[in-house]
Amino acid sequence: MSKELFVQGNEACALGAIEAGCRFFGGYPITPSTEIAEDLAILLPKHGGSFIQMEDEIGAIGAVIGASWSGLKSMTATSGPGFSLMQENIGYAQITETPMVIVNVQRGAPSTGQPTMAAQGDMMQARWGSHGDYEPITLSPSSVQEFFDFTIESFNLAEKYRIPVILAADEVIGHMREKIIIPDKVDIIKRVMPKEKPEEFLPFKAEPTGTSPMAPFGEGYNLPITGLTHDERGYPDTSSPEAHSKLITRLCDKILKNRENIVSIEERMCDDADIILISYGAPVRSIFTAVDLARDEGLKVGSIKINTPWPFPESQIATAAETAKHLFMVEMNLGQMVHEVERVAGNKAKVHLISKIGGELHKPKEILSKIKEIN
Amino acid sequence: MVEKSLNKNISESEENNLNKTAPKSENKNPEHPYIKYLRKDRLPHIFCNGCGNGIVLNSFFRGMESAKMDLNEIAMVSGIGCSSRIPGYVKCDSLHTTHGRAISFATGLKVGNPDLNVVVFTGDGDAASIGGNHLIHGARRNINLTVVCINNNIYGMTGGQISPTSPEGSFGTTAPYGTTDKPFNLSELVTAAGASYVSRWTTVHPLQLSNSIKKALLTPGFSFVEVISQCPTYFGRKNKLRTPVDMIRSFKENSINKRRADKMEDKELIGKIIVGEFVNKPRAEFSDNVCNLSMQECGKKHATKSAYLENSENL
Repeated sequence: MSKELFVQGNEACALGAIEAGCRFFGGYPITPSTEIAEDLAILLPKHGGSFIQMEDEIGAIGAVIGASWSGLKSMTATSGPGFSLMQENIGYAQITETPMVIVNVQRGAPSTGQPTMAAQGDMMQARWGSHGDYEPITLSPSSVQEFFDFTIESFNLAEKYRIPVILAADEVIGHMREKIIIPDKVDIIKRVMPKEKPEEFLPFKAEPTGTSPMAPFGEGYNLPITGLTHDERGYPDTSSPEAHSKLITRLCDKILKNRENIVSIEERMCDDADIILISYGAPVRSIFTAVDLARDEGLKVGSIKINTPWPFPESQIATAAETAKHLFMVEMNLGQMVHEVERVAGNKAKVHLISKIGGELHKPKEILSKIKEIN
Repeated sequence: MVEKSLNKNISESEENNLNKTAPKSENKNPEHPYIKYLRKDRLPHIFCNGCGNGIVLNSFFRGMESAKMDLNEIAMVSGIGCSSRIPGYVKCDSLHTTHGRAISFATGLKVGNPDLNVVVFTGDGDAASIGGNHLIHGARRNINLTVVCINNNIYGMTGGQISPTSPEGSFGTTAPYGTTDKPFNLSELVTAAGASYVSRWTTVHPLQLSNSIKKALLTPGFSFVEVISQCPTYFGRKNKLRTPVDMIRSFKENSINKRRADKMEDKELIGKIIVGEFVNKPRAEFSDNVCNLSMQECGKKHATKSAYLENSENL
């Protein structure tokens, strides 16, 4: 029997993690994400899982990476200041292809900013926060149900592509209460052991999928895992331009070549629309109402909800730029994902930004009046 | 002395076989008994001539054997620096992580799979400077890790900068006029933070060191073995101890056993290296506590390798 619950977004995230098979959480308290840690501190021991409150966010992500190599699905949850501290080890997880989930419940920033207010100011940090070239996967939920669903999806994508997945939520979704449905059965992706014998196994071989199965520590594979540029055996090879280019290109390609399999968007009333509102996370709720208000007034307005800001849904937004005259990016920052829309739209459609910072959601009427300004 | 005693470690049967197949005089270069533990295809290593890392690794293998532990039950974790390169040469699972963070990675690995004997190789810069917070919290938690800290009082990998253990007045590229910083006493620090087992030796104490490593491996709790080691390339060159022999001699002349040092005045101990056991007091261990909580709340041990399909091969 499926279950109906009335819960907070952060609680839904914790429940989703348990459903996804997460059995390790390492974290550090930080508003507005703390309830995820608190709920998992209760839930994990009841499901044979391990919870550790680490000494800081750097230690938290370190423990999560270590636990992932021990053979557990692992996660952490934080907000901006902690997310900043985690950046170096996010790069480590990228180059070592360590599956894990990092939840960032975004708040007003920079620095300590507005701990209890919503924002979407860390979207480019999710993309470029760690040093070097890499391709992240980032999901953004716009409801409590989606915080549950996307947590599970984040674990699945992490396992499928052996990558740290960033679940970029925000304070509104984290602290809002809504009804959620927990289905009887959820599809979850589990790891498989390598088919080769330990002495023949190459832990970083480019399989057709872009990555290889992940063997855990303690099974005789003698895995040499390093953050240095490495070859297929995992051995450091730091002075060969070819070795570096081969590794980093493969790591990026495993995401870029699977972009269409990873990307998820939801279009509403775009077929005849002259104007398309685009958003992700909490402001999606405002653009849906704004579209209804605009349609009531006879304006041809549609919407695109982006579930996966990274990798960016390039072809989908390019198509929208061909069919509509105006694209409006609605986001809670001074303009981050709008740059992606501009890049993809080129000169095919006019791109506008409706930004809002300070912690309050856009009011649908504010969006409507911005739309009307162009006419 | 080291070489002599290492040769004793060739097992009797191996020695007999050697005797049968060839007269002793022709067997001038028998393979080092611990070479079997190394990834031969990664040699030669990157360590400088005269570096202390080899003595420490030798002592580790000896301690591991006398603890009756097999390399396949061991996982090594390290951070960044010369000493952190050791695990990459050893034929076991190893995690060469980011600077200073080895103990946090090791914490997740140990809790995720308590059957693994998790050993951290680290240095003074890695463990005491950038990783100082993880070091004291690992000790506070008393998680069952064996931390071997090779303390050469300098940053070797980056070319000779002073570290948090550089003696006051010593020279480095970032202390061209001599450092005025006070150094950490690492073994005292980790003792105060709550570790179960702490000892300090130098590279002139390989037998005591391997005995301590044995005890550290067998102690169920946070075990910290500090090894004062020579970096002739950078510390020695900058501090009038240019050759490995000069450095080793200074360790020998300046080492005082803790039992004797405890009865001496502070001023008598200036410039001395206090060696010996600082603490050997096992107490409740962290990953056991995690397991016990799982037993209490769901009636079974906490999950291991649950990310894998149950019918996955080899599990």
